[in-house]
Amino acid sequence: MKQVSRHSVFRMLGAAVVASVMALPAWAQPAGGSPTLDAIRARGTLVCGVNSGLAGFAQPDSRGEWRGFDVDYCRAVAIALFNDPSKVRFVPTTAQNRFTALQSGEVDMLARNTTWTLSRDTSLGFDFPAISFFDGQGFMVKASLGVNTARELDGASICVQPGTTTEQNLTEWARAARVTFTPVVIERLEEVVGAFVAGRCDAFTTDVSGLAAVRSAQANPAAYTILPDVISKEPLGPLVRHGDQAFADLVRWTHFGLVAAEEFGITAANVQQMTANDARPEVQRMLGKTGDLGKMLGVDPAWLARIIASTGNYGEIFARHLTPIGIQRGPNALWTTPGGQQYAPPFR
Amino acid sequence: MSDAIVDPRYRRKPPKRPLRLSWADERIRGIVWQVLVVGVVFGIIYWLWSNTVHNLEVRRIATGFGFLHREAGLPIAEHLISYEPTDTYLRALTVGVLNTLKVAVIGVILATIIGTFIGIARLSKNFLVSKIAGFYIEVIRDIPLLLQLLFWYTILQGLPGPRQSFHPVEGVFLSNRGLRMPSLVWEGAHTATVLSVVAGIVLAWLYGRHARALQMADGQPRRIWPAAVALIFGLPVAVWLALGAPWTIDWPAMRGFNFQGGMAISPEYAALLTGLVTYTAAFIAEVVRAGIQSVGLGQWEAAQALGLRSGSVLRLIVLPQALRVIIPPMTSNYLNLTKNSSLAVAIGYQDIVSIANTTLNQTGQAIEGIAIIMAVYLTISLSISLFMNWYNARIALVER
Amino acid sequence: MSDITVNTPLTSGSEHRAAPISAIGPVAWLRENLFSGWLSTAVTLVLGYLIIRAVMGFVDWAFINAIWSVPLNANGVAQTQACRELHGSGACWAVVTEKHRFMLFGTYPYEQHWRPAVVCLLFIGLFIVSAMRRFWNWTLIPIWMVTLTAIGMLMWGGVFGLPFVQQERWGGLPITLILSTFGLAFAFPLSILVALGRRSNLPAIKVLCVVYVELIRGVPLISLLFMASVMFPLFLPEGMNIDKLLRAQIAIILFAGAYLAEVVRAGLQSLPKGQYEAADAMGLSYWQKTGFIILPQALRMVIPPLVNTFIGFFKDTSLVLIIGIFDLLTAGKTAIVEPAWQGFGVEVYIFVGLIYLVFCFAMSKYSQGLEADLNRHRRR
Repeated sequence: MKQVSRHSVFRMLGAAVVASVMALPAWAQPAGGSPTLDAIRARGTLVCGVNSGLAGFAQPDSRGEWRGFDVDYCRAVAIALFNDPSKVRFVPTTAQNRFTALQSGEVDMLARNTTWTLSRDTSLGFDFPAISFFDGQGFMVKASLGVNTARELDGASICVQPGTTTEQNLTEWARAARVTFTPVVIERLEEVVGAFVAGRCDAFTTDVSGLAAVRSAQANPAAYTILPDVISKEPLGPLVRHGDQAFADLVRWTHFGLVAAEEFGITAANVQQMTANDARPEVQRMLGKTGDLGKMLGVDPAWLARIIASTGNYGEIFARHLTPIGIQRGPNALWTTPGGQQYAPPFR
Repeated sequence: MSDAIVDPRYRRKPPKRPLRLSWADERIRGIVWQVLVVGVVFGIIYWLWSNTVHNLEVRRIATGFGFLHREAGLPIAEHLISYEPTDTYLRALTVGVLNTLKVAVIGVILATIIGTFIGIARLSKNFLVSKIAGFYIEVIRDIPLLLQLLFWYTILQGLPGPRQSFHPVEGVFLSNRGLRMPSLVWEGAHTATVLSVVAGIVLAWLYGRHARALQMADGQPRRIWPAAVALIFGLPVAVWLALGAPWTIDWPAMRGFNFQGGMAISPEYAALLTGLVTYTAAFIAEVVRAGIQSVGLGQWEAAQALGLRSGSVLRLIVLPQALRVIIPPMTSNYLNLTKNSSLAVAIGYQDIVSIANTTLNQTGQAIEGIAIIMAVYLTISLSISLFMNWYNARIALVER
Repeated sequence: MSDITVNTPLTSGSEHRAAPISAIGPVAWLRENLFSGWLSTAVTLVLGYLIIRAVMGFVDWAFINAIWSVPLNANGVAQTQACRELHGSGACWAVVTEKHRFMLFGTYPYEQHWRPAVVCLLFIGLFIVSAMRRFWNWTLIPIWMVTLTAIGMLMWGGVFGLPFVQQERWGGLPITLILSTFGLAFAFPLSILVALGRRSNLPAIKVLCVVYVELIRGVPLISLLFMASVMFPLFLPEGMNIDKLLRAQIAIILFAGAYLAEVVRAGLQSLPKGQYEAADAMGLSYWQKTGFIILPQALRMVIPPLVNTFIGFFKDTSLVLIIGIFDLLTAGKTAIVEPAWQGFGVEVYIFVGLIYLVFCFAMSKYSQGLEADLNRHRRR
């Protein structure tokens, strides 16, 4: 009797150990130890970290489909890899968990209006392949407050999200401009906006594009003014893990391809016809008619043509998502127009 | 099981049997089990640890607590010690700990007072009073605290703006920027006064002990209160007068966007405190009720037979006995309140969690940030436990 | 008193006279319970006035002046002007009418909402079955396993012609129920092991269990959730990844395990020593003793505090809001992000609060009844 029971205890224990070992891979989704690209290909989908809800950049629509500027960047990379804009899974991230999500491999890339800084590039272990959006930090106030410049905000309560470059810019600017303020620090965007709208603070500060997005989402946008002062440089772009150059290259050249397409006048509507008829050598190389640029990136030769056919060029993406919420091209115009900074190196 | 009462004749240790290297030997089995379990646990820990070290290295994530001495650059709205964004992370985190303590200490005091009242009200002979208390306890305990905090914060945000603020009394303003009250301009003399109050209480207590000792010796009762009043009230007033009786009131006034001057209670702090206190008070009320009910009916009846009024029965007879039942669960409620204060992060009160969170976000050092949060709470929890255990032991000693 | 036997038939009515109406009637009740002295009378009057005022104010706000629905414009955006014009004098329940499905089921595909609805009903059924004493035996384990599997299949789909739904799109009440119920289901066995370990006389095992329990109970749940959210991914080998909901679930299991272990330990301690000694005398091994003698008795005894602890977890799952998981409370909060509905938080919080209240109230009434029941049994 005793013998039997001891055996059964052992058997149970053994079974438990085996079960837990077996269960481990069931929870885990293997992402491969080799570079990100292999993992994405093996998985069949790209996993993209996006903002949890910022109008114009990343927001689920009423049917739960993700839409926005950053979202289209993810889709463009998915098209380059799989020729299918639906082969991408969006993981909403907060300001707090976005970096660990990327570091840990929970997401393959982060397209979440993140500012490129030296420390993020180095000590956080990331690479910023490109600047998809040149932004700067500004302030929004209620129009009824009668404030015209940021310097008039002395003594005001200012709503700000913690843990972002925004917060540090604000304190540095305030010190330099000799402005005192009371911070109201709330982590989630929805809540900080709610507090601002409810009048908990006099001003709300974040990137100007974000301010425009928030303003346009309000029931009465005219009741809010975005002040003209821009207190910082905020180069926003997608980011990937450091040490995965092939994937970083793909993301980088996806961005450049979108910009170059606008430069050469390739649009979603005319990309088929341009592929067939345009005689410019660079256009031919870009669209994969000649040369093997796609192969160098490790994708299909017609990768860019397909991206443009689906999402349109940089200007079209911008016009579709950002123009409606009141964001001007400004520095994000092509380098060929005055004040424009979007520039793509040659496709050669 | 080893603490079983053993006949003293058998106190001698049983003769030590030599270990047999066999599974049938209980001691061997025990050792094998322990080695196995400890090995598995440490194996898992080692596995996680080596993964972490590897990941940190591969992903080039900085480690160590060196960041504590870097400039924080984060603004903090409420600070008990002076703080500027140019100060270090260490100081910012200290401010966070103090903010946590500020809400926890005041919360514990208020929750105890309110909870005790509700617990007593729950047992009231008045039907209406006891039913209202019961309703309060049931409803509050069945709704998540986080929801209640958000609710209070929404309510406070719904107050009018600073320019249309409620203004019930001169110098008091209630708006969606919080509550502004006049405050005393603090000077050295005030610190001295407060210290002399403390000194007065200590002296009065010593005097009381001395008087009781004398009474024990000669049986003569001595009046303590005149000396106590003189020490606790007279001494501070004398100190204050001697130091020039400074008395300047700082009146809040609307200047620019906000009120300036005076003392402020922010909506975040108010919402957090209200939520924590109302929530914990409901639990404390139940503890108090159970404690009072644990005192036998005979105690009540005997006290009433002595002619004590019901308030006196409660204060002199029932509460001292009930306290022994009340203290242990009360301790866990205090601990819960302190731990629940971490929900501050949801409504923008900058406690230690909020600031450590921002720190880990800016430095990217998640492990260090969370280790700090856990260390702080463990320290606070252990201190409260130790204090309450000490107090519990003291109370238990009274039992003869 | 003591000389009256219960069996005496009360036939001879003429010998007993009913107490005077002034001592047992409603008037007497009032005098006894509401107006027993001048202080009591004053308190009753003041409270009565305040209650009537509060109830009338609430009825005005919540029913009489309330708006139950608002029209949509051409784009499907709600026209909330009518609500805004109330200026707080009445509730705008239209936000609940409009958003209740979103709050209950989150971003789950709209036309598939019947699935999470069935899942919620399954959970409620599971709770009711578990509450019935006739199922307090080993049959409960297969019942739980089958139900939880069915719930998983319904939520994910991909079988029996149900379309597959990514876990990212789950939300609302099912998440709250999943986190708390799965949390209990996994934490319970863990807690039994830990409680046994803490009472074990093997020092190393005892120390491990004590450290685990005290460490977890010393820190707030939110720090564990943060750990799950930002630190956990660093613990795993490269390429291995666990999704966010599962990480939060693990944190909740670890947390619940420590608290439940203390509850179970209390049950183990409350067993009379004789039970242990008798089992030892029978020559049962440790596991036989534990499995056949100790646990069945100890667990039965801790069911009421177990239910109370479960109520606590059920409420605590709302904390996942802070790490951005879409539970009932998060869904409620997200519903009022839309500008048209901003400022109607109170209505939404009341709605969400009522759902929690219904669940917790039912459970706490059950546990109170059970406690009284079990105690009666013991007193006999």
